[in-house]
Amino acid sequence: MSQLSVQHLLGIKYLTKNDIELIFQTADHFKEVLNRPIKKVPSLRDITIANLFFENSTRTKLSFELAEKRLSADIINFSASQSSVKKGETLIDTVNNILSMKVDIIVMRHPNVGAGVFLSQHVDAKIINAGDGTHEHPTQALLDSYSIRERLGNVKDKKVVIVGDILHSRVALSNIFALKLQGAEVKVCGPTTLIPKHIASLGVTVETNLKKALEWCDVANVLRVQHERMDVSYFPSTREYTQLFGINKQILDSLGKKIVIMHPGPINRGVEITSDVADSNQSIILNQVENGVAIRMAIIYLLAQQIKR
Amino acid sequence: MNQKILLNSTEIHIILHRLACQLIENHDDFSNTVLIGLQPRGIFLAERLTEILKNEYSIKNIKSGTLDITFYRDDFRRRDEPLEANKTNIDFTIENKNVVFIDDVLYSGRSIRAALSAIQSFGRPTKIELLVLIDRRFSRHLPIQPNYKGRQIDVINNEKVIVKWKEQEGEDIIYLIKND
Repeated sequence: MSQLSVQHLLGIKYLTKNDIELIFQTADHFKEVLNRPIKKVPSLRDITIANLFFENSTRTKLSFELAEKRLSADIINFSASQSSVKKGETLIDTVNNILSMKVDIIVMRHPNVGAGVFLSQHVDAKIINAGDGTHEHPTQALLDSYSIRERLGNVKDKKVVIVGDILHSRVALSNIFALKLQGAEVKVCGPTTLIPKHIASLGVTVETNLKKALEWCDVANVLRVQHERMDVSYFPSTREYTQLFGINKQILDSLGKKIVIMHPGPINRGVEITSDVADSNQSIILNQVENGVAIRMAIIYLLAQQIKR
Repeated sequence: MNQKILLNSTEIHIILHRLACQLIENHDDFSNTVLIGLQPRGIFLAERLTEILKNEYSIKNIKSGTLDITFYRDDFRRRDEPLEANKTNIDFTIENKNVVFIDDVLYSGRSIRAALSAIQSFGRPTKIELLVLIDRRFSRHLPIQPNYKGRQIDVINNEKVIVKWKEQEGEDIIYLIKND
């Protein structure tokens, strides 16, 4: 077990349990590398990676860029706002133009669901999905599980509740796939309008009472309300959302146990989570960001290993 | 396949003690020296030497660690089998220290080349030395030579040296295996 079963990282649903374990073991080694005085290894000296971001990103883009640099890869960056996409170029043309400059791996974020899968069928490069619309965000789910494993020792049999805008969240979907694959129990919690109709078919349970959901869980992964993806109003007001689904110190103190709080960012402080909770010692939000670099190094390293010269 | 015993457990015992004494000769009380076992097979030799130095020559406070060279190898993506990383554990500073790399067999010298690159991520040692149990002297691809060697052997390329340790494989023994 030292090779991934997949040729690209398009989504968690294509991975096996062994793949996840291999990624975590490799990330453990890179985490150690990241704690050295010199945090760089020469493995990917002859690999070129293009980061194509057709949608805004801060943390994921920086995290990928840092991971690639720590592995000594050459990188080129591209964001849709400054490109010929605006002039009418198709995705395949854009990417093939980039590939003709001898690029080996493509990291892509795209607003359209399935963009990564589509690209992997039409171009000759390794594709890493950095988020495709409301579909999947596999690296986020992997770093979330890795952070749970780091804090609680194991993901298996842990109870995880995902709170918030499940409907528009690729983080939620990837997390559900990843957590179920590793044997965790998953519950989703949020306004009924923001919970997809047939979500139970993925093997998760639904709870609309936040207090009950938190009493049940070991870990709460709190999501942001994605106003930018909403064409209509899904709840009456942000204030009401915060009252019913916002996580604050009072509700956590009333549980009688310490649960782990996660958030993939960006945080809307005072909306889905209060500042005192986000900055408390129950929160592993910054550990998630730190682990993101090690996880992305592991994925890039393992995929690059398959490229033969 | 035909196999021949290169060193038995008594011979290994004598050699380990000689190597320990040679280290003491050059490094005194080890206050400015650290031992680094190279993963995956050098760590058993490093552990054994550390034990001998501590228990039989009363040298206290020996610092020893392990170094994995996987990410520094020059054959990444050039072999059929994927590379598997191992643990690096260096929880002390190597800045201005004398570092002794410890490995079981010195063959092409490429692992040592990778180790020389890897160790630089931890600081700038004053000096780096190399200790190996078996030196296959006519097989070098790079200009790398050991400072301390258990036994020097002349073998051809299709012959393989296998080092077994009591802790891992039940006995201390070194075989020379020839593939027909």
